[in-house]
Amino acid sequence: MSELFHRKLERSAIGFVIAIIAAASVGGIVEIAPLFTIDETVEEAPDMRVYTPLELAGRNIYVREGCYACHSQMIRTLRDEVERYGPYSLAVESQYDRPMLWGSKRTGPDLARIGGKYSDFWHVAHLNNPRDVVPESNMPAYRWLGRTPLKMDDLPKHLAAQQSLGVPYTDEMVENAARDAYGQATPDTDFASGVTERYGEETTVSAFDGVATQVTEMDALVAYLQVLGRLTDAAYRGTAASEQPSDPEG
Amino acid sequence: MAEVERDPFTGRETTGHEWNGIKELDTPIPRGVLMFLIVTHVWAIFWWFLVPTWPLGVTYTKGLLGIDQRTTVEAQVEDGQQQRAPWTERLASEPYDAILSDEALMQTVRDTGRQLFGDNCAACHGRDGRGRANYPDLTDDDWLWGGGPELIEQTMRVGINTTHPESRIAQMPAFGRDQMLDREQVRSVSAYVYSLTRTDYSTPENLDRINAGREVFASTCAACHGETAEGDMEVGAPNLTDAHWVYGGDLETIIASVHGGRQGHMPSWDERLNTAEIRTLAVYVHDLGTAQP
Repeated sequence: MSELFHRKLERSAIGFVIAIIAAASVGGIVEIAPLFTIDETVEEAPDMRVYTPLELAGRNIYVREGCYACHSQMIRTLRDEVERYGPYSLAVESQYDRPMLWGSKRTGPDLARIGGKYSDFWHVAHLNNPRDVVPESNMPAYRWLGRTPLKMDDLPKHLAAQQSLGVPYTDEMVENAARDAYGQATPDTDFASGVTERYGEETTVSAFDGVATQVTEMDALVAYLQVLGRLTDAAYRGTAASEQPSDPEG
Repeated sequence: MAEVERDPFTGRETTGHEWNGIKELDTPIPRGVLMFLIVTHVWAIFWWFLVPTWPLGVTYTKGLLGIDQRTTVEAQVEDGQQQRAPWTERLASEPYDAILSDEALMQTVRDTGRQLFGDNCAACHGRDGRGRANYPDLTDDDWLWGGGPELIEQTMRVGINTTHPESRIAQMPAFGRDQMLDREQVRSVSAYVYSLTRTDYSTPENLDRINAGREVFASTCAACHGETAEGDMEVGAPNLTDAHWVYGGDLETIIASVHGGRQGHMPSWDERLNTAEIRTLAVYVHDLGTAQP
């Protein structure tokens, strides 16, 4: 019976093409359909702030250097991961990640909650040469980051692009992006106060690479690493927040 | 389909297609493979009813088993905590004296502490806790803020130079760079500090410089490091008279420290680790220090 049906289907060119399309699109539909209602299904995180321009620049460096190829940014709902890295990742935590950097492979550890775990000084030493602080590390050295001045003049465009994708940057933030990037890495200058004004008191203004007179790619990357997992407390608010999406009608 | 041609060698039907005398057999899928496909499909459909499967707008089919990854992992973590409860509860609440004198409990601390230390502390202090340049050695008996378990616990909770409201704060000012001392004073006070641990440095030709440095030390450095340069754990000022150095005890490094200042940073672990974990690590680190004096 099934063989007869298949034989018939195979001999109808249009019918067979339609059948192939239908079969092949199941995987896509299962992944895409839930996105239609994403605004209603992702957790709430009213306390969440956006990346500052410096952090966004660091994120771009993270993407450029391919850090995501060896480091994931998603703690799965598995006991060993929760016990090692902290609360499992929530969808809302990457709502301003465009594109997302969850990653799919861990040669190095997960970085979803690395922010604040180590000092800026450690990150700089570690990026300059990982073996200096972790003798058994096989991560490449990124020495040039500390020598390369950060390109800041195009940051307003980067923010505008994120804004057009729905990240709630204000026009004032876009306009001041380059100034704020400079100010966040130079705490002694007049530009520093604008960063906390626009992005909140929780924002860390610091000479991330230890040099307060110049803004390098190292500043940007360390600023980004130090804010990972700290844009919102949603994951730490316990089961109340985490059960929201799985029980929307209750 | 009316006329079915059979291949004379295999007895199979052919598809009826012919290319230059070559005909394609219409061999059916082997029965085993077909059965496997059918069984997996039936299993999949059966499974749809048991576990969360299909998205339905803002919700999804939840399945009869009521499985939810988030509640599952929370239960597993809870379960793990229950298993560890017999000793984590003791570590979280009992006084340190009682913990230190209980050899069985200390063995647990050494085993689990090693794991916790590896996950959290080893990045800076090294897997063996011996530290390295810029990161203090935790296995010696020289401490910046005190090596008793209570003091280690406090240091871990609030951190050093962090944003924690009770953070331990210590800064070695940049005496040279900020021009509190002139070039010659920086060199002489460094020479004096160097001579405290390197007796062979106190040769007649260096003596003038060392004596000049001693005066600078008394007026500038003694407030934190003490008259005898033995440091002060109340303010996190290191002992300069022993062989243990955070940043390095050679003359160049001492000059660099006096010139450019130092401000180390130890993160606060209050939010990241729970009380039992912090106290386990406090005992573990204390044990590292006393085990290898």
